[in-house]
Amino acid sequence: MTVSLLTLRNIETYYGPIMAIRGVSIEVAEHDVVTILGANGAGKTTVLKTICGAMEPQKGSVTFADEDITNRDPDRVARLGIGHVPEGREVFPFLTVDENLRMGAFSRKDGSIGADLELVYGYFATLADNRKLAAGFLSGGQQQMLAIGRALMLRPKLMLLDEPSLGLSPILVHEIAEIVTRLNEEQRMTILLVEQNAQMALDLGDYGYVMENGRIVMEDTCERLKNATDIKEFYLGMKDQGVRGRRRWKQRKTWR
Amino acid sequence: MEILQLLIIGVSQGCVYGLIALGFVLIYKATEMVNFAQGDMMMLGAFVAFSLANLAGLPFVLVFAATLLIMAVFGMALERGLLRSMIGEPPFAVLMLTIGLGFVIRAVAGAIWGNQPRALDSPFAGGIVEIQGLIIGHENIAIVVGTALLCAALYLFFRFTRLGIAMQAASQNQLAAYYLGIPVKRVFSLVWAISAAIAAAAGILVAPVSLIDPLMGFVGIKAFAAAIVGGFGSLPGAIVGGLVIGIAEQFVYLFLPPGVSEVSAFVLLLAMLIVRPEGIFATLQQKKV
Repeated sequence: MTVSLLTLRNIETYYGPIMAIRGVSIEVAEHDVVTILGANGAGKTTVLKTICGAMEPQKGSVTFADEDITNRDPDRVARLGIGHVPEGREVFPFLTVDENLRMGAFSRKDGSIGADLELVYGYFATLADNRKLAAGFLSGGQQQMLAIGRALMLRPKLMLLDEPSLGLSPILVHEIAEIVTRLNEEQRMTILLVEQNAQMALDLGDYGYVMENGRIVMEDTCERLKNATDIKEFYLGMKDQGVRGRRRWKQRKTWR
Repeated sequence: MEILQLLIIGVSQGCVYGLIALGFVLIYKATEMVNFAQGDMMMLGAFVAFSLANLAGLPFVLVFAATLLIMAVFGMALERGLLRSMIGEPPFAVLMLTIGLGFVIRAVAGAIWGNQPRALDSPFAGGIVEIQGLIIGHENIAIVVGTALLCAALYLFFRFTRLGIAMQAASQNQLAAYYLGIPVKRVFSLVWAISAAIAAAAGILVAPVSLIDPLMGFVGIKAFAAAIVGGFGSLPGAIVGGLVIGIAEQFVYLFLPPGVSEVSAFVLLLAMLIVRPEGIFATLQQKKV
C-alpha cells in the first residue's frame, strides 16, 4: 500500500459569491499519476489553485506530506516541494529560456542546480537549442516544455500539471505525454494531472477523478474508468448504441 | 557654443527627471501601482542628507551612503505598512493613497526642517570647469556621472543577479513567480526600497542646483511626464524621457517667451500622447485582462 502524499478533505472554494468547488476530497498516493477529468468550468483548475495556495478554501483542508498547508502563501507551498505548471504555460516572456529555468530553482540553495539544468535540457532537447532565446519567442509546445522544465527545477515531490495538452498539436500532445510517463518512471515523480484530453489522461494515469460542476462525481482506477460506459460516451466519444432521444440528457449519466 | 551650453544644463536637469521617473517605472512595473509620492521621497532624501551633512557634519561619502540606506528602509516600511494592504484594491484608491502620502511627507518635512530653502553642504556645490569657453558646474557633472553610475549598477543588478532576474520575473508574471517559490511580497518591498534609494540619490545630486525645500518634490510631476514620454514601463525609456524633457525645457527657455518653459514638459507629454501614445520605448507586451 502506498502512502498518500497529498490529501484534500472536503474543500470548498469560492470566486466571490460563486461556489466553484463544492466539497472535493482527493487523495494522491506517492509515485502515482493521478488525473482529474472534467469539462470546462468543472472546477479542475480551481482545485489546483487551492492546493498551491493561490486561492483560499472557505472550508476543508489540504495536507501535503503530513503537513497542513491550507491557506499558505503559494511561494511557501512551492518551497515545500509542489511544482505547479499553470494552465496556459505562463512563462516569463522577456527572460531567456535559461533564466526561466534558473528561476525555477530560485528557492534552492544547493550546488546541483547546474546539473539539474542539464537534466531538464536532456528531457527537452528543443529547449537546449534555444537557451539564450527570450521565452516569448518560443512556440506554444516549447513554452509548455519550458513551463514543465521550470517546475522540475524546483525538484518537486509533487507536480501539478494543468492542461499540458492545451492548444498543442497531436504530435506534441504525444510528446508531452511521453515526458510525463518518463518523469513518473525515471524520477519517481508524483503527478496530479488535470486534463480535458481524457484519452491522454486515462492512458497516463493510475487513478482518476471525474469532476462536474465543482463536485467529484466518479473516481476509480484509470483502467476501470476507461471502461465505464459514461466515460466512454461523454469523454472518449465512443458509443455502443444510440441513446439519443430515448433518454433525456440529464438522465443519461449514471451518477445523476 | 551657447547651444552646447544649454545642452549640458538640459542633460543634467534631464538626468534628475530621469532618476525620479525611474522610481515611478520600477514600482509600476513590479506592482502595477503608481507612486505619486516619488518626488516627495526625493525631497525627503535631500532633507535626510541635509541633516546628516549640515547638522551632524558627516563626510559626504558617508552622507550619501547613509541617506540611500535610510530611504531604502523608509521605502520598504511604506510598502509593508501601507501599500501591501492595498494589493487588489482599485488603482485609483492606490493613486489617492500615494498622492495623500505626498502631502503628508511635505507637511512633516515642513514641520521638521522648516519651509525656507536650505543649501546642502555638498562638495559639488559652486565649483566650475571651463573648457574652451564652456562653463560647466561641478554639480552638473556630478548629476550626469551619478546618474550614469546608478543606471549601470541597476542594469547589472537586473541583468545578472539572481534577485534582479527574480524581480523581472515577478513583474512579468506574478502568479508564475509565486508558483516557483519566489517570495513576491518580499520582492515588492525590495522594489520600493530601490525606488526610494534612487529618489534619495536624485535629491542629493540636485540639491546644489535647486536648494532643498519641502516643495521641491513637485518636479515629480515633470518626471511623471518624462516616464510617460519614455514609454511607461521601460527603464531606459524613463531616462531617455527625462533627458528629452530636460533638454527641451532649456531650449524653450531660450527661444520662447518666459513661462512657456515651465509648461513645456506637459506640452511635450500631450504631443507624445497624441503622436505615439505608447511612448518612445514601447514595451512589446500587451497586458492580459
